[in-house]
Amino acid sequence: MTTAFPILLSEEEIRKLLSTIPDPEIPVITISDLGVLRQIQWNGDELEVSITPTYSGCPAMKMIEQDILALLKEKGIEKAKVVLVYSPAWTTDWISAEAKEKLRVYGIAPPQHTSVDKGALIGKPKHLACPRCKSEHVEMISQFGSTACKALYKCLDCLEPFDYFKCI
Amino acid sequence: MKNEGLFNYLLRLADTNLILGHRLSEWCGHAPYLEEDIAMANIALDMIGQANALFQYAAKTEAKGRTEDDLAYMRNEREFVNTLLSEQPNGDFAMTIVRQFLSDVFDFHFYESLKSSKDEMLSALAVKGHKEVTYHLRHTTAWMERLGDGTEESHSRLQKALNELWCYTDDLFELNEGDKRLVKEGIAVDPASIQNAWIKTVDDVLAKAKLVKPAGVWQQKGSREGIHSEHLGFLLAEMQHLHRAYPQAQW
Ligand SMILES: [Zn+2]
Repeated sequence: MTTAFPILLSEEEIRKLLSTIPDPEIPVITISDLGVLRQIQWNGDELEVSITPTYSGCPAMKMIEQDILALLKEKGIEKAKVVLVYSPAWTTDWISAEAKEKLRVYGIAPPQHTSVDKGALIGKPKHLACPRCKSEHVEMISQFGSTACKALYKCLDCLEPFDYFKCI
Repeated sequence: MKNEGLFNYLLRLADTNLILGHRLSEWCGHAPYLEEDIAMANIALDMIGQANALFQYAAKTEAKGRTEDDLAYMRNEREFVNTLLSEQPNGDFAMTIVRQFLSDVFDFHFYESLKSSKDEMLSALAVKGHKEVTYHLRHTTAWMERLGDGTEESHSRLQKALNELWCYTDDLFELNEGDKRLVKEGIAVDPASIQNAWIKTVDDVLAKAKLVKPAGVWQQKGSREGIHSEHLGFLLAEMQHLHRAYPQAQW
């Protein structure tokens, strides 16, 4: 779509628009579900979108930035920048209940609330269930999974390996 | 430069993360088994990511138009202020694990303390860094205990690595005049304030791993002033080569 005259959308409309962008590595949830999308603000005629990294080294951040700028450009907003913010630090507690269910259906055991089990950060999380058969008879294979935010587990009942989204 | 002290302090933190992250990345595709390969790469990514954020902040603080890439790729050996421990070669797996463990214990207590820095950005990065290093430390602690209290072979390799690397541990706690001023201002962490916590955590793990802490080892220092072991130059040559040979390279 090209428009001769850029239509300036409100901050709320832009949030709605950007909320449709899927996470590059877990496409069943959006950057808004994940809590990565933070502030959206017009500074005069320039739009500033702030995002926060899940993990410091998350390689998806650059891609998310490009996805945001591309979508804005498509809607006629050329003068935009994406800034990385570090405070408050991202936590899995920002992932909504609906998004957690989407993760489970996708085959990733969702993170529990960090307050449920403080030991979750370092120990075995309580009531961690296999996303396929819901058995709690599971075992950790590695604390570090296919991406920085996940650990690798296996189910001892259905024998399938699965990713667990670590609490942080 | 008004913020020279802060700029140099940020380089100390960024350089250490970058160099150790680079060392770990050298294992990519070579680690003992697939899960460990992934773990090493994940830890390396966290450290390089932290370095990236610190370099960006350093570049902004310096305000001379340099970017994070300029700081990482266009400085020479004597301008790097990473710790001596971070630049030591990977050696065998025991050497890598001991190096990472000693460094993780330091970072764990360091970030905990840096969280209360009066500098907002440093405090924010510390909150994030602390969450991440908690995972790293758990991983290296598990390896220390498993290999230290493992077979005769794994035990002796770990003890040998510990003996070889111990001479670089005092260097972790060095600070320069600029750092001392930042400590007074409540911006930087006084390394002396976390030294007892570092010793206690290390002692606890060594006891469980049935390893003996080296005593009376002559300590090599100097990294805070840019004096390095012979290994850093080789590392930089490899790490910086592409960027210097093809300054406009993009991918
Ligand atoms: Zn199952």
